[in-house]
Formats: sequence, C-alpha cells, structure tokens
Amino acid sequence: MSNAMLKVKGLKIGATVYPPGEKPHDIEIVHGVDFEVEKGKVLGLIGESGAGKSTIGLAAMAYGRGGVELTGGEVWVNDREILHTTRNDLRSLRGGEVTYVSQSAAASFNPARQIMEQVTEAAIRHGKFSKADAEARGVELFRKLGLPDPENIGKRYPHQVSGGQLQRCMTALALCPEPDLVVFDEPTTALDVTTQIDVLMAIKEAIRDTGVAALYITHDLAVVAQVSDDIMVLKMGEMVEYGSVDQIINSPKEDYTKALVSVRSIDHEEKVSSDEAVLKVENVTARYKGTKFDVLKDINVELHAGQTLAVVGESGSGKSTLARVITGLLPQKDGNVHFAGRDLKPVMKTRPKEDLRELQMIYQMADTAMNPRQTVGTIIGRPLEFYFGLRGAEKQKRIQELLDEIELGEGFQDRYPAELSGGQKQRVCIARALAAKPKLIICDEVTSALDPLVADGILKLLLDLQKREDVAYLFITHDLATVRAIADSIAVMYQGEVVRYGPKSQVLSPPFDDYTDLLLSSVPEMKLGWLEEVIANRKMESGGN
Amino acid sequence: MIKNIPLSAKLGLFITITYFLTAIFASFIAPYGMAEIVGDVWEPSSGKHLLGTDNIGRDLLTRMIYGGQTTIFIATAGTILSFVTGSTLGFLAATLGGWADQLLSRFVDLIMAIPSLIMALVILAMVPVTVPVLILVMGLLDATRVFRLARSVAVDINVMDYVEAARLRGEGGAWVIFREILPNALSPLVAELGLRFIFMVLFISTLSFLGLGVQPPLADWGGIVKENKDGIVYGIGAALYPAVAIATLAISVNLVADWVLNRTTSLKGGRG
Amino acid sequence: MHPIIKLVAQRLSLGILLLFAASAMIFGLTEALPGDAAQAVLGQAATPESLANLREEMGLNEPAVSRYFDWLGGIMTGDLGTSIVNRLDIAESVGKRLGNTLFLAFWAAVVSVPLAIFLGLLAVRYRDRWPDKLISAITLTTISIPEFLIGYVLVYFLAVKLGFGTALAMVNDSMSLWQKLNAITLPVLVLTLVVLAHMMRMTRAAILNVMQSAYIETAELKGLSTFNVIAKHAFPNAVSPIVNVVMLNLAYLVVGVVVVEVVFVYPGMGQFLVDAVTKRDVPVVLACGIIFAAIYIGLNMLADIISILANPRLRHPK
Repeated sequence: MSNAMLKVKGLKIGATVYPPGEKPHDIEIVHGVDFEVEKGKVLGLIGESGAGKSTIGLAAMAYGRGGVELTGGEVWVNDREILHTTRNDLRSLRGGEVTYVSQSAAASFNPARQIMEQVTEAAIRHGKFSKADAEARGVELFRKLGLPDPENIGKRYPHQVSGGQLQRCMTALALCPEPDLVVFDEPTTALDVTTQIDVLMAIKEAIRDTGVAALYITHDLAVVAQVSDDIMVLKMGEMVEYGSVDQIINSPKEDYTKALVSVRSIDHEEKVSSDEAVLKVENVTARYKGTKFDVLKDINVELHAGQTLAVVGESGSGKSTLARVITGLLPQKDGNVHFAGRDLKPVMKTRPKEDLRELQMIYQMADTAMNPRQTVGTIIGRPLEFYFGLRGAEKQKRIQELLDEIELGEGFQDRYPAELSGGQKQRVCIARALAAKPKLIICDEVTSALDPLVADGILKLLLDLQKREDVAYLFITHDLATVRAIADSIAVMYQGEVVRYGPKSQVLSPPFDDYTDLLLSSVPEMKLGWLEEVIANRKMESGGN
Repeated sequence: MIKNIPLSAKLGLFITITYFLTAIFASFIAPYGMAEIVGDVWEPSSGKHLLGTDNIGRDLLTRMIYGGQTTIFIATAGTILSFVTGSTLGFLAATLGGWADQLLSRFVDLIMAIPSLIMALVILAMVPVTVPVLILVMGLLDATRVFRLARSVAVDINVMDYVEAARLRGEGGAWVIFREILPNALSPLVAELGLRFIFMVLFISTLSFLGLGVQPPLADWGGIVKENKDGIVYGIGAALYPAVAIATLAISVNLVADWVLNRTTSLKGGRG
Repeated sequence: MHPIIKLVAQRLSLGILLLFAASAMIFGLTEALPGDAAQAVLGQAATPESLANLREEMGLNEPAVSRYFDWLGGIMTGDLGTSIVNRLDIAESVGKRLGNTLFLAFWAAVVSVPLAIFLGLLAVRYRDRWPDKLISAITLTTISIPEFLIGYVLVYFLAVKLGFGTALAMVNDSMSLWQKLNAITLPVLVLTLVVLAHMMRMTRAAILNVMQSAYIETAELKGLSTFNVIAKHAFPNAVSPIVNVVMLNLAYLVVGVVVVEVVFVYPGMGQFLVDAVTKRDVPVVLACGIIFAAIYIGLNMLADIISILANPRLRHPK
C-alpha cells in the first residue's frame, strides 16, 4: 500500500454543451490524468483557462460543477474509491476529509450568516468537534492566518470584512474540520498583489503547521512555485509535465512548460527620452461628481513620442481615473493636459475630431469593448470611414492591411466577436485603435484578463507596432512584470498620487520609497524560496489585507 | 433558416399567423354578416352553424371571426402605440440622463403605482368609450412598462465599453443610438413585444367584458363572453369559445417570444 | 441612527408621497378629461340651466385645487362624499363592500400563497424534469386566459356540469362563516389560479437564483445533507425574495378581484367600481379608485420594506 492519501487514475471528465442552433452534445474536457498526493504534501495544478484544472480539483471531492460529469477512471481518498461510493460516504468525505477553498470567498460565504458559524459548521456536522472546541479551533486558525482581532472577527458577517481577510477566513473554514486534503482553487487570484503575498504566506504556513495535504490550483506558475512540493502542468485536459517544483521551474522538459516558465520575461530596452513630449499632464486634480474626495491629486507626468509610460498601482490608486481625465470622460477639476503640442479641452465633447483621432484607447475587457452585433470588418472599418472617409475597395484593402498587422490574416473580416478567442478579440481592438493612425494609445489593463502566454503575445505585438508606427502608449496596469516588459518610463500611483516617477531604470532601482518597495517585492518571482525572502525583508505592511 | 426553428416556435408561429390572416380577411371568411340574425337563440352546433348561434341568434363562428378582427386590431394598434412611445422615451431617458431621465422615470413610477385596470376604469368613467379612445388609453398606460424595459436595457448597453469607444471616436447621438445601442436592445424588446401584445388582448377583452370596451353591435372576444354569459348556467358553452381563442393565441405568441429571446441570448456567447 | 431605520423611514415617506401624488393624479384626471360630473349625470339632454344649477349644487364652480383639498380632507376623516346617482353616502356603501372584497382576497391568499410556494419548491426540486414542465405548462395556460374567462370555464365545468360550488357568489350578513365560504368557493378558486401562476413562477425563479449561488456549492462541499443545505443556507436568503413575490402578487390579487366579483356578482368593491364607471358616478369612481390604489401602493411598499429588513448587508452594516 502506498502512502498516497489522494490517488487519481485515468480520470476522465465530460460535460454537456449547448451550442446555440445545434443539438446539445457531450464533450470530454479531461482526457485521463493520473497523479498522487502524499500526506502533508502540496501538489500544484497549473494551466491556462480550459486546461481543466478546477474540474480535476473538484473531482477530488467527487463533485462535478454545473453540467460536468466524472465519466471515467478512479479517485482514491484514504484508500477508498470515491467515484462510486454511497451518498452518505460522500457526505462524510466532503467537508470532513477533503475541503475546498474557492477563488471568490465573497461569493462562497453565505451573506446571511456569521463567519464563525460557517467556519465551524462542517466540523460540528461531521462530529469532529463540539461547538465550543470548533470555535476555539476557529479562533486559533484566525490567529494563525494573521487575521485582526481573532477572538471577535468570527462574529462578523462576510460583507463586514475585506476581500483579503475573507479569503483567509475561507482557508480557516477549510482547515477547521482537520481535513486530510484541502483543494485550493485560485485562492489569491482575485486579490491585489500586495494582499496576495500575505494571504499566500498565511496559507503556506497553515498548510505546514497543520500537516494537511493540498491541491493548489492556479494559472500562475510563480505563485504555485512558492507553495508546492510537486507541480503538474495541464493543457486542454491533458497532462503535459509532472515533476518536483525544482525540476519544473529550473529544468522544464516540455516546450509548453518552458514557455510558461519564461513567460513575462520579454526583454525591452528602455528608449532614450527625446525632447518632444506627446502628452504632458500638469498639476491635474480630479474628483467624481457628487463626492468630496479628490481621486487624483496634483498629477504631473510626461510621455515622449513613440515611447511607453506605464502607470502602475493597485485597485483604487486612481490609475484608470487618470485615463478618463486624459480622454475627456472625466473633466479635471484643476490642471492641464497638453497633447501633441496643443491644449486638450477638458470635456471630450468639445474636442476637435483631430484630437479624438490621435488619442485612441484599448480596454481591459475586449469582450465588452466590441459591439457583438458588428463584424470585425465593421469594427475596424468604421474609424477608417469616420476619420479618413475611406469607402469600398480602398477601405477593404486597408482593413486587410490592419488585420495583417495584428497577425490575423484572411477570413476574419466577416466574423463576429463571439467567434474569436480572447487574444484575437484584443488584437481586433488594437487594430481598431491603429486604424485611426493615433499618436497615443491608452492601454487600460489590456493584458490582465488574458492567460499569461496569450498576454505575452499581445505585449510583443504592441512593442512591434510601436517600432513600426511610432505610436506612444500610456500603459495602465497593476502588474509589474508587464511594466518591466514594455515601459520606457514609469509612474507609480498610490491613493490618487504619483509616488514615484521617472525612467524605468531609475524607478526600478534602489533606493525605493516604502510603497514602491512593497509593490515591487510583491510580484511573484519564478524562484524557489522567494516568498520567505520577501516577507523577511519587507519594510511596509500592505494596506488592503 | 426555417430548419433551425424549434417545433414549439414553428407551431406558435403558424397559429399566430393564422389568427392574423383570419382577422385581416374576416369579411371573406365569415359565413354570415357580422350583425345578421340567422337562426334561433343559442342553437347547438350544426352543419349550418359550426359553432351554433349566440344569445340573439347570430352565427357564433361569424361573431368569433369578426370578434377576433376587432380584438386583434385594437391589441395590435395599442401595442404599436405603447412600443413607439415607450421605447422612444425609454431610449431618450437612458441616453440623455440627468433631469430628463429623472422627470420621465418618476412620472412613470407614479402611473405604475396605480394598477392599470383601475387607472383605465377611472379614465373611462370620464370619456366616451370609442375604439380610438380605448387604443389610446391602453397604449399609453402600457407604454410605462415598455419605457421601463427600454430604459433599463439601454442604460445597461450605454455603459458598455463599445459605446464609450464610439463616443470617444466622436460619433454623434444618432450613430450611438441606432448603430450601437438599438441592434443590441432589439432582441429583448421584440420578445417583450409579444408579451405586451398578449397583455393587450387580455386587457381589451376584460374591458369589453365589463361593458367598458368595444360597444355593441361590434363584436369582440370579451364582448361575446358578456353577451353569452347567461347561457352558461343552462349548460350552453357559447361564452367559452373566446377562452379557447384567447388562450391559443396567447400561448402561440408566448412560444414565439420565448424562441426569439432564447435565440438572441445565445448570440452573446455563441456564433452569430 | 441605525441605517436600516433610516432606509425604512425613507421608504415609508416615499410611499406616503406616492399615495398623495396618486390621489392628485386620479383627481386631476377627472378634471382634465372632457366632461364633468354634472355633465355625466344629466347626459346629452342637459340644458345649460340645469347644468349650471347642478354644478353650483355640487360645488363644481370652486377652483379645482380647493376642491381637491376638500376631497382629500374628506377622505382623511372618513368622508368619501355622496354618490351622484343615488345620493347615498359613499363611505357607508363602501364600508361593507370593502369588507367583502378583503374577505374574498384573504381566502384566496390563504389558499394560493402556501400552494404557490410548495409548487415553486417542487418545480425547483424537479427542475427540467416532468413535474417542472407540467407545472410550467399549466401555469402558462392560466396566465394566457383572462380572469373572467377562467371564471366562466370553472362555472361551466364545475358548477353546471358537476354541480360543485355555485355560479353566483351571494353573501350577506345573515350567513354563517361556513355558508359564506361555501358561496365563495369558485371565486376563490379562480383568484387562486390567476395569482398562483405568477406567484409560482416568480418563486421558482427566486429559489433557483439562490440555489445557483456559490455559497450553496460551499455548503454542498461541506457534506451537509440536502435538508441542511436548504434550511440553513438557501432558506435564509430565499425568504426575502419569496416574501417580496408574495406581496407583489397580493397586490395583483386586489386588481384581479374587480373582474372576478363581476363574474360571480359578488357584492364587493370591484363590482361597485364597475357599476359606478358604467353610470359615470364620478365621486364613487374616485373613492374606489383611491382605495384600490392605496391598497396596491401599501402592499408594494410593504414588499420593499420586508426586503430591506431581510437584507443582511443592511441589517449588519459595516
């Protein structure tokens, strides 16, 4: 008998799909995977969207979400097969032997009940602890996970604590019944970077202290490298590579794994800043209508022609508001915006067409940035028509040129956005912006909704285009790896202010101010032992935990 | 195209079209004149009178056909009125925003705070009950519901990035409303069109039944019930034919509306 | 002050404001539309002199605003004016009829509310299987037929063919409760069928919405029994939408009563209103209109207040 507490053999998972206009039919989404988790070990499941990693994680609890069905293979927990066991046995397994931490704790906690009730519920129901003992254990876990006021936080309701805190409460919920295995399903993905690192550390310590085994599911290899013993790389429902963390990170065998490891390592040499500024933001202050609080405070930044200024910050830092001021959607309260040698009028509606044309925008969600009722041809063709009066064959030719530029080729003109993949959609949005022949494109988190490899492709494309078209980017992002890859100069924003600004090399080298230090150090690195190192060297506590 | 329509929607479409054709060609199809007395009171069905005769000896099939014409005509006219007014004002409120939106929305809230049947009764107590008045009253009262739907749909679309992108491009209001918002708002509105039409049929029938709708000798489905209701206690089912007519029409339109809604919601995630 | 008290107070004052606005609108409508009460009473044959006399007598020559406030003041003190057709005090005629109407609506609610919730739960339990489809097909049919026709269909098949219940629902003071209940069997059945469909569909949607939440999955992954998942996790969150559904449908019931009363010649407010409209008895129409509107607005307000009270985010603010 092996030491494995979870053993998965030839697991196959199917789902029923309902394509519109066609008969519903079954497809297979996981095509037979095998793995084992030993007592006290952590296995990382990594892959891009559609890899089937969450589905496999839930299979450890014999649970299929939505229309998902576990169609074949075996899953053994504590030496019994659970795919064909009784309902009662499943009940004692779920929440007793195996527990689950989901990506969105905010949705996974019942809004109508106190946190402690929910944390202790499984332990009490499964007869593992008395109510008093379970609550004592809950408090102990809250303390271990670094939650403030551990004695009383359980009396609160889920909406009364922050997102990072709730994610820790969810971990407490999973650990409370002393399970043998915990399934962590992207537990830190929805959090800000500086919060993520604390939650990650808390989870890691809790796993170590309780000696529980874990499946850790994520799309971020750098994150999983910090907490796992072994890693399994998945792609389209199939295993690509399976090995120890050290082997996967430092000597990956498969090309796909190599690509994942080297993701975000685009090398971009900073351009020498020229004298000619295409965009100059001077002393800009802004607030939203009906509020008494400035979301932007005295912002001063400059962007040179054909270069990239990255504006970095966490949610609520004001970085997207800056974009709204520059585009004229939110007229500033004070200050000026100069663009291409002229003053931009604060209100978008009063700006001349030429200003609108030369200043384009690309959005985070390509899905909602394109009218679902228009074809790719119409979407790209409209700016050509609108700004340059192109018609007929001339317009068609230009559309095709643009499609070639974004590497989409023939046959895309007549497709609808719903027929494109996430990366293709974002490329079409880039083509639409390019069609206007702009001097400046504002890119608002354009890669954050995409899988890492796809995001890399988009970043490379943007860099190529910059070389060819000499267009400047104002690149808004929360992700410092993206910044390293693309920026020439950087502005770090925190609570409505620019706390650090300058050429990339200067901003990213010491001495740092406390916030930039925190932000920089929080970006997971593809390196073993990085997490402990960072926590040990930190100067400032993250605010949003 | 036709191949992809599910059976239920095909059936609904077929019955709906049949009803409308019957209404349009009523005078050619009906075997007798609308107000013509052709037999005894409440004759049972026979070869001469397929559905029998009514409370004063008119052919019931003829009355049903002409009644359908009146009912469907009034319901259609009312629906068009309510849609044109409701969706125009709804889109305007959504795209204009500000005080215009507030004014319209609060006014609609006020009208909807009173049940529409009660509102209609109060109004009909004051004005002469004629067909144009009925269409006007029902159409405008119902426009409040269309307004709410159109406004909320348009508000949802109005905040989408692609609408913002069009505005940032410098597009005018007409392009934004007709090319960006309308194509995406159309499907929920079309589905609602069916529901509003059914509601109109029920509404006018109810008013006629209460004696406050279509006035005799004009036939309509609600009026036929009113005329023949006394027969029921004698076991004469003449008053129940309109129930069958209204129910089949309403269900058919519902089936079509359901299909339209399903087809268009799946568009978002699937192939166009 | 606890924010929830503030919210409830806001909603209450909004309801009262709405009620005043509605009364002004109803009154304003009778002013703005062509013809007035005097014209309505005397009809086409009226001579200018008789019209003028009657207007004087009815106080129609006063400015509209002062008449509105007289009328409103009257309503506040229980004086609804007098009928212009039979010169009877409206408050007196309305009193007993309102009682009858509420009696009918009450029993319809007693039958339909538990039934609707039960069927809603059943439909959710067997979602997309035959019980759900059957319930949905039947409710679709009853939604598609006007109330009065459902009434006659039931009278025809139950009362006339099978001898169950009575075609006319006459009630008076001398009847015992049992006799009264017996008399209103069919109207209650009709009203039940009418609101049941809406209520059941909305209940089903509300429960499904809750059952699809991530926290229900969390509860299932805790290995709780189906009963515990529903009782401890779904129920507390479903109460508010269901109560809301019930309230909205009770409001709907109040309107459905109008037509059903006419079908069964039941001596309630609805029939009173319809008679008054036919006879163009404006004061009675106004009085009945405002009472129906008040009940409707009141129930809607109650629905909102209950959802405010049941919302954990509002009950336990940050």
